[in-house]
Amino acid sequence: MKRNVIKVSPDTPMTELKEVLRINRISGVPVLEEGRLVGIISIEDLIKALVEGDTQAPVRKRMTTKPITVRESESVVEAVKRFAQHKVGRLLVVNEQGELKGILTGGDITRGLLEAISLDYHAEEISRYRAKHIFEDIVSDQTSLILRYKVMSKDIKSGGKASSKLKRALDRLGALPEVIRRVAISAYEAEMNLIIHSDEGGELIAEMQPEVIRITVIDNGPGIPDVEQAMSTGFSTAPNWIRELGFGAGMGLANIKKCADAMNLESQVGVGTKLEITIFLRPDSNGESNQPEVKKQEQT
Amino acid sequence: MISLKEIIEKLKFEPLSFVHSLERQVTGGYASDLLSCVIKGATKDWVWVTLQSHLNVVAVASLLGLSGVIITEGNRPDLETLGRAENEGVVLMVTSKTTFTVVAELSSMGIEGEGSEK
Repeated sequence: MKRNVIKVSPDTPMTELKEVLRINRISGVPVLEEGRLVGIISIEDLIKALVEGDTQAPVRKRMTTKPITVRESESVVEAVKRFAQHKVGRLLVVNEQGELKGILTGGDITRGLLEAISLDYHAEEISRYRAKHIFEDIVSDQTSLILRYKVMSKDIKSGGKASSKLKRALDRLGALPEVIRRVAISAYEAEMNLIIHSDEGGELIAEMQPEVIRITVIDNGPGIPDVEQAMSTGFSTAPNWIRELGFGAGMGLANIKKCADAMNLESQVGVGTKLEITIFLRPDSNGESNQPEVKKQEQT
Repeated sequence: MISLKEIIEKLKFEPLSFVHSLERQVTGGYASDLLSCVIKGATKDWVWVTLQSHLNVVAVASLLGLSGVIITEGNRPDLETLGRAENEGVVLMVTSKTTFTVVAELSSMGIEGEGSEK
């Protein structure tokens, strides 16, 4: 709000008011009597007085005696509500005793909001910049960022939470959209496999390096009897209740294979399953496009 | 291109979540009730037509960056699913029409599923 408010007294003639408005290039002023707010007078009131030839009248005669005010302790939201409710261009800001403390316009609120948005945007930009440059800022012979996500067995409702978090992390780290898509799909399918098939859930671990992301998905059973068969499109051991929800189409591993630059699946019945997915973060990191070389290892 | 808002108004769908994002453009469509098929076949800025209305519909739609999900045959997502959709920025719409009818109507509006082979 503006604190140094131009004001007039109730006895100010309208002709003098005209000069006050003209010189200060304003469209209205509060009216104070012995320091007390008694009204507000606008350029519209002045025009009406001029039209009616009432130029020598005192401001008291033409002013609005109950100006719309807002207390200085009230929130900006309250002020915005009052602007909308009364359709006025300015609000007089008063203290608890009704004394004028300033004047607030719609422009003041817009400027304030823009400054707040700008600060938030700036903070977000700094945060993103730092995240994107984490591998440059931290010096070591080999820097890795490891993200671990616990996945609960049969917790269908939480399906996609881990992969969604990983997707957001990659976005903040500045990965390419196509890479993010491939990582997110691979992680989601692997996460759902843990939820649907594992006995006790498992863990999804994403190790990020400047050039590559390696996702390891581990559980402690029951294990896959035939990895080759599990890899074939359409093969599924999901129970009916899972299929009714649209899972268990036997396409999860195939989708992962399609998205990965390399994939390795090891499983032992009664021991557990370990799925490793490698995705290069830059198109030229592996010297070729996404043509996955799938390595499968079956253990008995 | 056509917006979600135009589709909703013309085909009389009921938008339930993230309704302030209906100006979003739609570049294609995909229909399936199998989530892995959708992951394989649909792509960013498409609409997905399905009978499914549970939480993982939101997860898949968010994962792929879909413009929206049209839930058919009167199925309705529960409050938890709608909450997740709001958080993830996913537009869920419902209709009493069948998936077949919806796909035919979308096609008549010029929304195609061509190019789904990625």
